Parts: sequence; C-alpha cells; structure tokens
Amino acid sequence: MQPILELIDVSKRYGGVRALERARFACAPGRIHALLGENGAGKSTLIKMMAGVVQPDEGRIVLEGRERRFVHPQEAVGAGIACIFQELSLMPDLSVADNICITNPPRRFGLVDRAAQRRIAEAALKRAGAEDIHPLAPVGSLSLSRRQMVEIAKALAREPKILILDEATSALTAADVQRVFTLLKRLRDEGLAIVYISHRMNEIAELADDCSVFRNGRHVATFAAGTHSDAQTVEMMIGRDIEHAFPPKPAAQEASAAAAPALDVRGLSWNGRLHDIDLDVRPGEIVGLGGLDGQGQREFFLALFGVLRGVQGEVRLDGKPVQVRSPRAAKRREIGIALVPEDRKTDGLMLPMSVRDNLGFAALERMSRAGVIDGDAEAKAVDAMIAKLSIKAPDPADAVGTLSGGNQQKVVIAKWLMNAPRVILLSDPTRGIDVGTKQEIYVLLRKLADDGAAVLLYSTDYAELIGCCDRVAVFFDGRIVRWLAGDALTEHALVSSALNLGNGEARAA
Amino acid sequence: MNAEWRYHLSEHKGAYAAAAMFVLVFALYIGKHQTGWTVPVLTTAANKGVLLAIVAMAQTLPVLTAGIDLSVGMVFVLANCLASHLVVGSALQAGFGVVVVLAVGALCGLINGLIIVVGRLQPIITTLATGTVYFGLALGLRPVPGGDVHAGLADALTGALPGVGIPAMLIVLLAVVVVVWLPYRRSALGRAALAIGSSEPAAYMSGVAIGKTKIVTYTLAGLLAAIGGVLLTFVTYSGEASSAIGGVYTLNSIAAVVIGGTSLAGGAGSAIGSVFGAMLLRTIGDLLFVFDMEPLWQPLFQGVILLTAVSLGALQLLKVSNRLDLFR
Repeated sequence: MQPILELIDVSKRYGGVRALERARFACAPGRIHALLGENGAGKSTLIKMMAGVVQPDEGRIVLEGRERRFVHPQEAVGAGIACIFQELSLMPDLSVADNICITNPPRRFGLVDRAAQRRIAEAALKRAGAEDIHPLAPVGSLSLSRRQMVEIAKALAREPKILILDEATSALTAADVQRVFTLLKRLRDEGLAIVYISHRMNEIAELADDCSVFRNGRHVATFAAGTHSDAQTVEMMIGRDIEHAFPPKPAAQEASAAAAPALDVRGLSWNGRLHDIDLDVRPGEIVGLGGLDGQGQREFFLALFGVLRGVQGEVRLDGKPVQVRSPRAAKRREIGIALVPEDRKTDGLMLPMSVRDNLGFAALERMSRAGVIDGDAEAKAVDAMIAKLSIKAPDPADAVGTLSGGNQQKVVIAKWLMNAPRVILLSDPTRGIDVGTKQEIYVLLRKLADDGAAVLLYSTDYAELIGCCDRVAVFFDGRIVRWLAGDALTEHALVSSALNLGNGEARAA
Repeated sequence: MNAEWRYHLSEHKGAYAAAAMFVLVFALYIGKHQTGWTVPVLTTAANKGVLLAIVAMAQTLPVLTAGIDLSVGMVFVLANCLASHLVVGSALQAGFGVVVVLAVGALCGLINGLIIVVGRLQPIITTLATGTVYFGLALGLRPVPGGDVHAGLADALTGALPGVGIPAMLIVLLAVVVVVWLPYRRSALGRAALAIGSSEPAAYMSGVAIGKTKIVTYTLAGLLAAIGGVLLTFVTYSGEASSAIGGVYTLNSIAAVVIGGTSLAGGAGSAIGSVFGAMLLRTIGDLLFVFDMEPLWQPLFQGVILLTAVSLGALQLLKVSNRLDLFR
C-alpha cells in the first residue's frame, strides 16, 4: 500500500550522542504500525520528528508525496499528524472541554462558544470511548488513566490522518486499555494511519499489522505482524555493536553471600505503585534493578531515600529497623543512604553554583564547626574528591554547569561519597555520558563495593546490568518479577522478563 | 445538572468564599455603624472599595498566567496625576482626557508585556523596574499634590444614582467587569492565559500563542490600573504622586487576588473573586473603626486574614505522597 508518511534516512544527534542514524520508516493508511526497540533505541526521537518537536539533522520527511519540514508542533498538527506523548500535554487547571479545544476553540462573536465547545468535547470523548468523563471536570481531578483518555480525545478532536501513540497505554487501567484497543481498530478501519509504541508484546500481537524494529538509533527490520515469533523479535531488539569494558566481578561470591545484608527490605509498598518488594544487598555487592523504564524502580529509590510519604513495609540497615523520613535523615551517620538521582540537572546539581559548593552540600555538617563552614577542611575534602574521581574541572570555583555531562555526573556521585555512605542508590547514572566516563564509573562502583558499600544500580542499559551487577531484580508494574544472577544473567533473560513474557528464558531461548 | 453545579462551584469556590466572607463582614460593619444602611455610608464604602477592586482586577490578569505585575500601583498613581492635568475643562475635553489617560495606562502595560515576552525577563523584576519608571513620570507631572478634575463628572461618579440610591461607583465597577473581564475570560485569549498559567510547556505543545497572550494580558492590566487611577482622581479631586499610595495598592492588590481564590501559581481563579477580596480587605479596615479599636490594629488584622486565606489554599498539600512534587 502507498505510504502516507515516510521518513527517509533521518539522523539526529544530541551533543555527542547519536539518537538516530540514517533511519527509515513508513506508515500507510488503514494500518497499525508498531515500533519496537529497547530503551534508547531511537523510537521516541523518531516520533518526535514526525510530530515536529525535533527536527532531523539530515534526511527527509515525505507526507502524502510531498517533502515537508515541521519546525513547530503546530505545523505537524496542521498537516494532520496528532501525537499522544508519554508526558502528558494537558493543562491540569483547565476543564476537560477546555483542554480538548485549546488549540482552536470554536468561536462566536470572537468569544469562545462554550456550548459548541462542549459538543465537540462530548463527541471526541464519545469517539475515544470515554463518554463517562464529564467535559466540565478539571483535568487535574482525574486519575492518570482517565487523563490519558482525555489526551486521546484531544488528539481525535483535531481530526488527524496519522495518529501516533507513544506508550499511551502504560498508564491505563485494564478496562481503559480494552476501550483504546477497540477504538484503535475502529480508527484503522476508518482509514487512519496509526503508529504505536508499546513495550508490551501482547498488545503488539493483538493490535499491530506491521512491525518495525529499531536498535541503537538504527532501523533493523520491518515485517508484517505474526511472521516472527516473540523470541525472534527480542533477538532483533538486542544484539549490540559496542562492547563496554567492565571491571571483573569478584569470584568469591560465596564469601559475601554469608555476610549479613547491609540493606534489607521486606514487603515495601507505596500508594498502589509499588507492591510488596523484598530485596537485600550485602556489603560489597552490586545489585541491579532491571526492567523497562518506569516500572517503579525510581519510586523504589525515592521510597528508600525518604522522599515518599505513606510507604509501608520494613527497611533494615545492618539488621536494625530504620524509618527514613526525609533525605536529610537518610544521610545521617547512623543511616548513611545516598541517592544519585536520575536527572542530574534538576535533582542532582545546583548548576550555576561552583563545583566546590556542589561537592560540599551533602557533607556540610561534617565540615563545619558550630554551624560555620570550615573553609580549609572543605577545600581539602573537595580537592581530595576531585583527585580521587579525576573530575576534569579547570577550577573548583567554576560553575558546575560548565562541565561536560560525564564530569557533572561524577560531581553528583562524589557529593555523596563525601559522606561515606553505607548504601548507595544510583538511578541510571550513565545516561547521556561518553563511553570513557562510563567505564570510569563502572570501575568506581566496583571499588566502592570492594570497600564495603552496598550498591543498588538502576540502569536502562542491559549490558551495564550484566557487566556490573552481581544480581539483578527485574521490575514490572511496581513488583519484582524475577531475580537473575550468575549465568542466568543474560540479555535474553533480562529482555524477556522485562517484557514479562511469563517464564522468560524458556520462551526466549 | 447536579454535576454541572458541582464543577461550577469547585471552579469558583474561591470567589464564592470571598463573596460570602465579604457579605458577612459588611453586614457586621453596617450593623455596628451608628447610621447603618444609608446612602452616604454605602457610597463612601463603595468609593473606597471600588478603587482597590479595579486595581486588584488588573493584578489578576498577569497572576492567572503565573506572572505578577508590581507596577499596577504606580500606573494607578501615574494615571491619577495625568488625569489631574487632562480631565478638566468642558465635558468633551474631559472625556477626551479620560481616553488619553487610559491609553497611557495601556501603553505602560504594553511596555511591560513587550519586555517580558521579547526580552524574556521575569515579570517580577521587569514590573518592579518599570513601576519605578512610571512613578518617576508621575512625580514629574505632579511634583507637589494638586491639580483639578472635571467636577460634574467627579460628582456624578462618586455620588449615588438619583432616586434609587445605588452608589455610582458600583455601576462603574459592574461596567468594567462586563466590558473588560467577561469578554477576556470568554475569549480564546483568556483561555490561553489560563492555559499558560496552568502549564506553560503543555500550552506550548498544544500550539497556544504564548507571546501574544502575555502581551495582551499585561496591556489590559495597565488599562485597568489606569481606570482605577482616573476614578481616584474623581474621589480626591486632585493628583498626588505618592509612592506610599502606589506601594500600598500594589501589595493590597496581590492580597486581594489571593483572598479572592486566585492561585499565585497561575491557571485558576477569577477577577470577580479579586473584586470581593478587595472589598473584604477594605471592610476589615473599616470594621476596626466602628468597633472603636485603634487603627494601629488594622495591618495586624489584615495580615491574619490574608494568612488564613492562603493557608486554606495550602491544605491540599497535606495529601501529596511524593514529597518531590511539593517543589514542582
């Protein structure tokens, strides 16, 4: 069938990181086209190009036979491309009807025609199968699942020819998923071209007509749905071309297995997002958290770090039960938990402040007497840490925002090392970092473990989990669904248990 | 129908609460007043209340976009000084003078908007600076208090409507609400303003014209502040470049906006709520007077009321289960 939208040899780089490399993609009206790939395979960049959010560095976008360039999301919308992103594009204080019609509200005498707007909103909600949502309800009062339905209705109200859904079902309840599926099939029969991203293989099996697999920013294959088994598809998604050098793991795992756990978590649950998590880490051990992005790994770290309210379950440190009520409590000497957060620019660093100040924050109490910071002690400790992690900063007085991403990440890690923590939680610490610094961080993590710290590493990079971790807990939907260790810790096992394909290894093999 | 009302109520609960509080406090005031519900008492109360109410409306517009306008009080004072020069002579000349003063006010607002949008400066510091400039202009126009205003117009607007006894200022206020606020609120532009205040990235992703909306919003704020300044001239029959008046009106306008249920974070609220917030703030001041309390207590009382109003709005934060959300 003639494609309606084609992307030909598109490339995109962010700084030194290549997100897409001469990728091809085409979708046709009346088809549902699934995009498959690991975290960071380039799927999100691809659809952002289609939606006009990012522009390709090179390559062409051809819509209905004409070459187009979208420099603003609005132009893509005008061309009939509607995109439902993972991050919602709704205004929480405005009503559902206001949100649905925000781009181009119906007008009478120059004023918004509320009656007409309400009819449009009701029609769009009905079409999305969510007629139970009241058009006057403020979006902020709706549950995540219902908001996602509003998002879909908003896209439909624009009468698109191409509908793109990026993980649109990940926040939906089972009932809403069924409604969305029915809707998507109907829209396909009406002749829409639908591009669908999901990490849930069963959804793809049910919905997709065509599948395209991406890996490391490249297009791997496009095939009709049902012509390849799950195992073959997973095979296409993995298989990498860069081997990272990882420090050797200690062979004497039996010795550390005998040690008492430094961190012991029993039955941790939170707010319907984390369910009954059991996990322990011994001193000297690196335990990985695996699974797809957004399955509760981050929330688990925040819970341990005292950020979340209403956490249930038991946390023991060196056998003693503790209650961590805030990050401030977490860093106390008797607890000693450190968290290297996911987003270093917002949660990890004060970008305009100096390297020295940033390094000192977590350990200010240790370096001050009667509330006054001992400048000499601070300078000494900071210099020692800069040397230890070989942070490349021309001057410790430079703003941390002027450093490269890798050195910024080292500052975040070093900040917590100043406190000599017993338990170190790292949330995707190598994201967006060059290969050289990555390897330095791997070596550092192993060294910290050898020195007796308990390390928990969440990573979206499977190779990193395999290369760095002694054991890996795979998360799915806020639960640990599988533990992998030793020889069982393979890419196959990680990917298939992340997709929760039942007994992963057997099916993937 | 039931759900309809519920949503209407929850959207406007701040305004309704401020209105109810005002009615309560005003009833108390009238009940305690020696002469009570008489035309002169009502007219005096209206004249004082409407001035702040209109400046508070001006403040509401930027606040709804998650901005703020610290120059409203100074535009108010500038308009007052300008009007004491221009709104004189024949009725026609005076009318023309009013138009010029309002145009100058709108221009002040337009400058604010342009600097904020084109210069990408923060509203708080932009309007602090421009406000000082506008006050400087006012001082140039009226180095010492004085001037005059068209007496017929002033008496008509600050008195009561003959026969019915309704204060004329209330009619002016109603007219401003109907001519400026309601069309703004109902236009695509006003909708866009709320969208920006609610979530600017989401508004951008939805294709809302962010720059244009902000510029018009600040321009309207300048216009409204100038309307207040002209009315001040009618009340005082003169112009005075007083930084104290400008400062007090600016700060009280913010207080009135918050009491009226508009969130300083933007996205939700209404100018009608601010009107009642302003009236309430004014009446509390007068309340102390009829209770024979020292006027010294007035700031303390207003402060407590403001704190209470703001605390009510913060109650929902107790429900937040991810403490990081408190900072976002």
